[in-house]
Amino acid sequence: MPLERLELVDYRSFRHVRLDLGAGAHVLVGPNAQGKTNLLEAVHVLGTGSSHRVAGEGPLVRSGARAAIVRAVCVLADERRLTVELELRPGDRSRARVDGQPRRARDAIGLVRSVLFAPEDVSLVRGDPADRRRFLDDLLGQRRPSYLVARQEYERALRQRNALLRHAGRDGPTEATLAAWTETLVRAGAPLLAARVAAVHALSGPAADAYRELVTDGGSAGARLGLTYQLSTGRAVPGRVGAGVPEPVSLGDELRAGLAAAAGDERQRGMTLAGPHRDELRLDIGGLPARGYASHGETWSLALALRLGCLAVLSEVGEEPVVLLDDVFAELDETRRARLARRCGDYEQVLVTAAVDEDVPLRGRRHEVRRDAAPHGAAEPGAGSRKATEA
Amino acid sequence: MYEGPVQDLITELGRLPGVGPKSAQRLAFHLLSAEPEDARRLARAILEAKERVRFCRRCFNVSEREECRICRDARRDAHVLCVVEEPRDLQAIEKTAEFRGRYHVLGGAISPIDGVGPERLHIRELLARLDAEDITEVVLATNPNIEGEATASFLARQLKAIGVPVSRIASGLPVGGDLEYADEVTLGRAFAGRRTL
Repeated sequence: MPLERLELVDYRSFRHVRLDLGAGAHVLVGPNAQGKTNLLEAVHVLGTGSSHRVAGEGPLVRSGARAAIVRAVCVLADERRLTVELELRPGDRSRARVDGQPRRARDAIGLVRSVLFAPEDVSLVRGDPADRRRFLDDLLGQRRPSYLVARQEYERALRQRNALLRHAGRDGPTEATLAAWTETLVRAGAPLLAARVAAVHALSGPAADAYRELVTDGGSAGARLGLTYQLSTGRAVPGRVGAGVPEPVSLGDELRAGLAAAAGDERQRGMTLAGPHRDELRLDIGGLPARGYASHGETWSLALALRLGCLAVLSEVGEEPVVLLDDVFAELDETRRARLARRCGDYEQVLVTAAVDEDVPLRGRRHEVRRDAAPHGAAEPGAGSRKATEA
Repeated sequence: MYEGPVQDLITELGRLPGVGPKSAQRLAFHLLSAEPEDARRLARAILEAKERVRFCRRCFNVSEREECRICRDARRDAHVLCVVEEPRDLQAIEKTAEFRGRYHVLGGAISPIDGVGPERLHIRELLARLDAEDITEVVLATNPNIEGEATASFLARQLKAIGVPVSRIASGLPVGGDLEYADEVTLGRAFAGRRTL
């Protein structure tokens, strides 16, 4: 679903900017701190409702303005145009319009699909298990918004059960009350487990392909990327292509047994010790854990491969997302740049930011992003799109 | 700040749920410009409700007498009991006209975060009713959110131990939503499709 036009009003440093796009590759070029990343961020906010860089909406609104507007026109697979507008109002409910009609923000978010790779993503490899759990949750939420509702339900059940274990006092909670919350936690957690394992299966093929393509020319065995979903109850589920969705009921039984085994510890420590909130997505390269073993370049390639894998998983259902690559080419060596550029050629639309144009060996339109002091104040970098040139 | 009685009125109205400072002001000035008899009628309604309304000794629904209208109604099926969290949930189900049995109002849901355990709800009284009355089926209609589910799960276990058939209203309801917000059509359907636990 390529974007035909992107328009921002009072978004971060921009007072008003309009970018005319279209299918294919677009390189946003300009020195640092000109707002290139803000443009990609805005597209991503339309897709997920939140920024990958900051929590909350406050920082997204230009200083002095009350609300920021992100508007995108994209072309659907059946050639129809879709216009989505999101108005971010810090401290107030966001508003949205779809094709001009008012909608609830949560019904508009996600209509414009995108997959973003940003420098922050090295935390997928180097960060805590929580970073990788969030990665899976974000992917599943983008695929099916109801997943996010299910995750909220689970978090609520978890907080209640933890409160029960913590404030139980000397006698501890009665068996019957704890049993009720255990059952509620298991029922809320089982669909999450099934969805996460299914996501790991679905991701394993595309991510491994992308990784192999980025780091080797052939099928060298050493470069094999493996994904494994490690359950808090001990069992590890290796990602298998075509394995499908596991049965939630049996995953629930497994979690119930795990909670029973941890019962003594749970009462002592006052917290829930098994469940999706303690699972881990394990990444390994050629059989060795990526965390700790992967070099800088491998870390970047791996994180990038995970995001590109998401693209394939999301494309299975619905429109192909827009690929957003923030400042990635500068981090890769020349061969890997060339391989990434080749892969980008297969995508419907890809938006790339770069400080130096020569870093991006990609055929496509160039857009110069500047923060010129225009008569109205900030920038009109969209004007740069008219300077489109071929590489 | 306004002077004396006007400010008192605004402050009191502002203490009501869902009424912010601006609404409180609007309501106060509306009342000031209304006919004296209108204001008196409202004041009387509040006082009378407070003095005369109590909770049904059998089901804990709001009632004017010792027992509520539904508990006194001989046409209702005395063998089927529907368990809800609050009187307003009972009203939501009544509007669907899908249920002809009687009710039991728990007065909330189990919520450890808020310090509400089963002992704070009318669960003991529910078990006593099962002992005393000839009840052959219990329908659990606690809210379809996490606390409501946990409460249903707690009750289902207790009731099954006694040997009473238990069912839970099916969730054709919005996930995470409160029962009282569900539209009547959805709620009616949920009732028709209740499942055994």
